[in-house]
Amino acid sequence: MTGGMGGSAGTAGSGGPDDVTGVLGSLAVSAVAAPPAAPDGPPQGLGVSVPAADADAKTQGTFPYAADLWAEGLLWAAVLRSPHPHARILSIDTRTAAAMPGVHAVVTHADVPGDAAHGRRVADRPVFASDVVRHHGEPIAAVAADHPDTARLAAAAIAVEYELLEPVTDPELAFSAEPLHPDGNLIRHIPLRFGDPEITGEVVVEGLYRIGRQDPAPIGAEAALAVPRPDGGVEIYTASTDPHADRDLAAAAFALEPERVKIVVTGVPGAMGDREDPGVQLPLGLLALRTGHPVKLAATREESFLSHAHRHPTLLRYRHHADAEGKLVKVEAQILMDAGAYADSSGDALAAAVAFACGPYVVPHAFVEGWAVRTNNPPSGHVRGEGAMQVCAAYEGQMDKLAAKLGLDPADLRMRNIMATGDLLPTGQTVTCPAPVAELLAAVRDFPLPATSPEEEDWLPGGPEGAGEPSAVRRGVGYGVGMVHMLGAEGADEVSTATVKVSGSVATVICAAVETGQGFSTLARQIVQEVLGVTDVHVAPIDTDQPPCGPAAHGRHTWVSGGAVERAARMVRTQLLQPLAAQFGMSTELLTIADGRITSYDGVLSTTVAEALDGKELWATAQCRPHPTEPLDETGQGDAFVGIAFCAVRAVVDVDVELGSVRVVEMAVAQDVGRVLNPAQAHARIEAGITQGVGAALTENLRTNAGQVRRPDFAGYALPTSLDAPDIRIVKLVEERDVVAPFGAKAISAVPVVTAPAAVASAVRAATGRPVNRLPIRPQAAVGAGL
Amino acid sequence: MTLPGSLDEAVAALAAMPAAVPVAGGTDLMAAVNSGLLRPAALVGLGRISEIRGWQYQDGHALLGAGLTHARMGRPDFAALIPALAAAARAAGPPQIRNAGTLGGNIASAAPTGDALPVLAALEASLVIAGPAGHREIPVGRLLAGIELLHPGELIGYVRVPLLHAPQTFLKATGRTGPGRATASVAVVLDPARRMVRCAVGAVAPMPLRPYDAEHWVASLIDWDGERTLAPEALTAFGDYVAAACIPDPVPTPEGGEPGTLPPAVLHLRRTVATLARRALGRALA
Repeated sequence: MTGGMGGSAGTAGSGGPDDVTGVLGSLAVSAVAAPPAAPDGPPQGLGVSVPAADADAKTQGTFPYAADLWAEGLLWAAVLRSPHPHARILSIDTRTAAAMPGVHAVVTHADVPGDAAHGRRVADRPVFASDVVRHHGEPIAAVAADHPDTARLAAAAIAVEYELLEPVTDPELAFSAEPLHPDGNLIRHIPLRFGDPEITGEVVVEGLYRIGRQDPAPIGAEAALAVPRPDGGVEIYTASTDPHADRDLAAAAFALEPERVKIVVTGVPGAMGDREDPGVQLPLGLLALRTGHPVKLAATREESFLSHAHRHPTLLRYRHHADAEGKLVKVEAQILMDAGAYADSSGDALAAAVAFACGPYVVPHAFVEGWAVRTNNPPSGHVRGEGAMQVCAAYEGQMDKLAAKLGLDPADLRMRNIMATGDLLPTGQTVTCPAPVAELLAAVRDFPLPATSPEEEDWLPGGPEGAGEPSAVRRGVGYGVGMVHMLGAEGADEVSTATVKVSGSVATVICAAVETGQGFSTLARQIVQEVLGVTDVHVAPIDTDQPPCGPAAHGRHTWVSGGAVERAARMVRTQLLQPLAAQFGMSTELLTIADGRITSYDGVLSTTVAEALDGKELWATAQCRPHPTEPLDETGQGDAFVGIAFCAVRAVVDVDVELGSVRVVEMAVAQDVGRVLNPAQAHARIEAGITQGVGAALTENLRTNAGQVRRPDFAGYALPTSLDAPDIRIVKLVEERDVVAPFGAKAISAVPVVTAPAAVASAVRAATGRPVNRLPIRPQAAVGAGL
Repeated sequence: MTLPGSLDEAVAALAAMPAAVPVAGGTDLMAAVNSGLLRPAALVGLGRISEIRGWQYQDGHALLGAGLTHARMGRPDFAALIPALAAAARAAGPPQIRNAGTLGGNIASAAPTGDALPVLAALEASLVIAGPAGHREIPVGRLLAGIELLHPGELIGYVRVPLLHAPQTFLKATGRTGPGRATASVAVVLDPARRMVRCAVGAVAPMPLRPYDAEHWVASLIDWDGERTLAPEALTAFGDYVAAACIPDPVPTPEGGEPGTLPPAVLHLRRTVATLARRALGRALA
């Protein structure tokens, strides 16, 4: 149970420099040349493609995830979930289940000793539904038994008497419906007002846009193992992406001090948002405390789809005013986000949606009204790019409409309005970070189009054995320009603490920032290699006995946790060099460390790190806390964001205009990255984000029928396969350092997800002449105009 | 789990343990077992019965073993024999599924989206069922429609398919470029000896649908002794005819009220079927 990060750090260099060249060589175009790796030994330090320490174990299938864990005397849990989206619970009878042979314990709401309500942002969600169920899949009871089948059968034997209630599934009706929760149905309302409401433009375009429910669909479903402790506490082994927050809500539910609940983070099998379901961890902890046995649960795919947070389905109504030259005058928008049954982080998603409602364009007057409302639909929450992605699809749709109305080239119209550093967001915040948006758009616009015609492509829309007919295929080119904030917004205290230790020739990083695939553990090694010149860097496994580092979201670990690691490493460096410098009568700035050797500027001093340490261990702990932000006020004004990342995408699609089948041929990407810290990892993250965006644009929608989730499986919920993924051309990575960010680097994972769907929709518009105002794009919406 | 080496042994094993479930490729069955939906008392594995993993010729027909995998049926030698079945096999999912999934399993699962089913319906194939009382033969359509059922202890042994020596096509629409289940599929086979066109539409109903009127009408337009081509307008009309037959307009209510209109998604499905049928016949006649 070494968890996700530390165990095999020693294999860091086994990939070797040749493998890294292989990774980069497969990318077609890259404006960013990686500095050459050291000719001897593996690549190390910042700016080079250091491979992940766990890459070999993951590709060979030996890497342990939570679902692989086992403990002596293990019991298996099953959670009984509501089959109804909205119902009153009249009674719960657990006697039959509890009497089944092999069943050790059955728990319901009556067995929760602590706070009945929890939530990552707002405590409004019960551990187990007691009187009312508010969404399909809400936990009602849990069973621990000596075999998973026994647990499942016992859960099915719990008799729950329901009085069915009419579900509220249309967010527009949530305002007038009976309150679904004591907190009411309106979770947040932001009426943003910026500028003069009376002003109008010479040209006005209106549009109504609908964005579907994307599921984070982690490739490894939720799983956890809870182990009781001799002191009456409990340890939970799970792939949490925010272990300290999960610990705090577990401790509150169990009525234990936080010190007696420990979350041990295991390998994370995919995280596109907040990972791990309190509806699994809390019942497991309760069952472990109740039975005195370790208890494990590995969720089925169906449970996974039902339980975790989804992207907010959103309805957007827009009116853009522009002058005759296409300069934007005013944007009016109404944004309605479906939060599902519980608040979770919907308030944050709404803030992002409202603040970025006009996109990376200069808009002198903006009036944006946003609501997040409660319904009986599946719960919504943090999924990469939340809020920003939905509005991007809408404002880019508006830009296409405006260009068509004015007879302008869509890229040209965007360029006329593009934002730069120093411009204002409609929240009144000045964009102080680098905003090279014009450069990004120009890069994708000027990149050569694919030379092949649809008939020369490897396959037509519909795939290799599809029904595509060349004469019915139309090609379309479209643009998307997007933006997303980095780090928690609106006054969130973003802080990370990291410890760096050097002993002999080995350095160790202790930092509770979870490696979710974003590459943090590799980055931490690179930082320590860069600062201390030590090749062999281990990253310790994570648990909540370490100081908190916050959620792995909004690129915060690259910035905040990376910054903390760098400071701690620099403190160790000073401790290491100061005695030497004093001995030779020079300042520490005149000494350099590289490849494990310390040398002075004049070459007089040359020693190894191990010799300088002389058997001592050096430790240092440091924190990083970026500059504070403030909440949006009652008119949506305020400096709410620490930094913003931008991206431009040009999509090329082929559409069979009779069948409405779409194939994304190529996505050309230019992105504002601040500084590339690991080229291979940066490219991988951009490709992953673009592909996830293609999924959101074409196929990914968790559909419901009156609040019931339809087909919660991978046959019904189509993720992009390798055949659906387009050629991704990373045309340009603009490295304009963000001076307030450690290393000047910006987060890179979220903004391609935000921008890609808008670009695909724009290209399908160009190919078909249809409005394309709904994501994912249904085949009937991609049938050519006039058919 | 028993692993019989012949069809007779398999029938005997099933007769000895009626609760046992036969399993071939397992692409549907084992997914249900793994997700806890099915706990068979015993399994009879059909993977070692070599007699049903190939095919043989029998008086103008091909006798296809039920254990033929999709991967095997997709190869060029098989495609020269029964082109539409080969095309359906190639479209039937990712390589992992095609390597394991079998023709017999596709029929036994009888999923509405089963890719081989409209082809077998259009070919008017029949099934050779092995059972404790010997072999019997039933048309595939009667099993898929539920008119005939498999009795306890029976197995699908072979599929008898006529060899027509004429173009055949199978076209399938899915929601994406990668492998996916059909939203609609159309098989068209030409039978020049009988001067017939046979067509079946899959995935739009619980079983493949045969638009007989459209088949007869279009067969009457074709000059079977000459070029065997049709004008584009005739192909379009055939597509519309097939689509309207498979996805009919709503009927007026008995009280004489206005018939409803089809929802946009159903209209799109009808347009998809029309397009597929037009293209499938066009390619068969090209």
